[in-house]
Amino acid sequence: MEKMWKAVGLYMRYVSINVRCVMQYKTSFVLTVVGQFLVSFTVFLGIFFMFQRFPQVEGFTYSEVLLCFSVMLLEFSLAEMFARGFDAFSGMVRKGEFDRILVRPRNEILQVLGSKFELTRIGRMAQAVVMFVYGIAESEVRWSFSKVLTVLFMLIGGTAVFTGLFMIYAALCFFTLDGLEFMNVFTDGAREYGKYPIGIYGKKMLLFTTFIIPYALVQYYPLLYVLGRRTERIFMFLPLLACWFLLPAGILWKFGVRHYKSSGS
Amino acid sequence: MKKYFSFFRLRFAMGLQYRAAALAGIVTQFAWGFMEIMVFHGFYRADASAFPMSFSATVSYVWLQQAFLALSAVWMLENEIFDSIVDGNIAYELCRPINIYNMWYSRNTANRLSRAVLRCFPVLLVAALVPAPYGMNGPASAGHFVLFLITLLLGLAVTVSFNMLIYMLTFFTISPQGLRIFFMSTMEFFSGAVIPLPFFPDKLRQVMELLPFASMQNVALRVYSGSMNGGEMRRAVFLQVFWLIVVTGAGKLLCRVAEKRITVQGG
Repeated sequence: MEKMWKAVGLYMRYVSINVRCVMQYKTSFVLTVVGQFLVSFTVFLGIFFMFQRFPQVEGFTYSEVLLCFSVMLLEFSLAEMFARGFDAFSGMVRKGEFDRILVRPRNEILQVLGSKFELTRIGRMAQAVVMFVYGIAESEVRWSFSKVLTVLFMLIGGTAVFTGLFMIYAALCFFTLDGLEFMNVFTDGAREYGKYPIGIYGKKMLLFTTFIIPYALVQYYPLLYVLGRRTERIFMFLPLLACWFLLPAGILWKFGVRHYKSSGS
Repeated sequence: MKKYFSFFRLRFAMGLQYRAAALAGIVTQFAWGFMEIMVFHGFYRADASAFPMSFSATVSYVWLQQAFLALSAVWMLENEIFDSIVDGNIAYELCRPINIYNMWYSRNTANRLSRAVLRCFPVLLVAALVPAPYGMNGPASAGHFVLFLITLLLGLAVTVSFNMLIYMLTFFTISPQGLRIFFMSTMEFFSGAVIPLPFFPDKLRQVMELLPFASMQNVALRVYSGSMNGGEMRRAVFLQVFWLIVVTGAGKLLCRVAEKRITVQGG
């Protein structure tokens, strides 16, 4: 337990260093936060204007898609806030910065994430929270305790899936030395296209996102439960099941660390 | 003129070297295009009569957008240029007897063209082989195809002019990050990268089509499948030329002001 508090303390220290660093360029910070906010806001506008023209898509109305989009965006933002540091990991491997991390007697994941923490991500986070509140308010769902719990599970499971993906992206750098562009399809792509319920992409996509990368477990199935389309209790707990995804991601990372050969000086 | 052309040639040859990166890009663009089409198909099944253009035209729009992403993506800026402004290496560029605006303009154009040349053919080929209704369709006519190529290049010129504006503004703000992300998100939205312009409500669309952002990717992608009539096409091309002159002029003016009061950063 004490070890954990120490880890949290170290992480907060990393964060505070970063905050002081960013505050040296205040105008740029403000503009970046506003920009981050706008980027996901235009995605929302895209949905909004599509539904000005069409009443529904695959039986999902505007307010239902909005709920789906806002939950997904919040999951992604939460994962991004803490785990996007893995994105910059290819640079660390190439420059040999990872050597320095390995010789320190602290957890290496904590150090990678701490040193690459970026405060500007609160822009997207703020947008996600606003969207989430709006999505909940607009939804015509009759909230019950189990439905609230389901949304909470979705947030936990979704954050875990995205964190796992960021981790796999970083772990692959051990072998390729460079970030792989196509991994973006699974992270940014999932955020982009996860705004609509996965069901609209057809059966095959649904199978893929159920058994390979479990987006559907955190998005489509629990959404059906929240919207009252399905009443089986199992749909409530599927998002928690999606947390298994962290396991292969963690194994790949451990394997990568063992495989690591320094490339820099 | 000759020196700018050699800058262009050098950059173009350099860009062609990154083939592995291009392959990864092709896979990514194909996946994005496919997902995009699935979304449109979902809406099409919901209400086909509300579609502002035919479904096959929409499919072609999406595939062309992905194939020529390097020409129209507003966010494809050169980090080297920003770095040179921030760390002071710009001093070397200013010593040379060349106009930095023209040099950077030719560099950016060459970069984009080399990327597009590497990526467009595989994407288009695969897209053409995808079975109907998701596959890429041929152009409406030979005339439309020629006009498509012309408007594509005009769109590229307008896009690069806008990028130049951002580089020039960086002389004044020094840190490019905020400026960049702010411009990118608004330009993406108004150029039709989030959803194509015809899908906006009519009144809003009419205003958006007059804005300079509509002169970037919007025109070429719609001309190809013939979803604009003769009058609309004439007006769109006229607007493209008009905005190209205005935006380039503004950029050049800004460049002159920046050069006068420039501070070389770093030591």
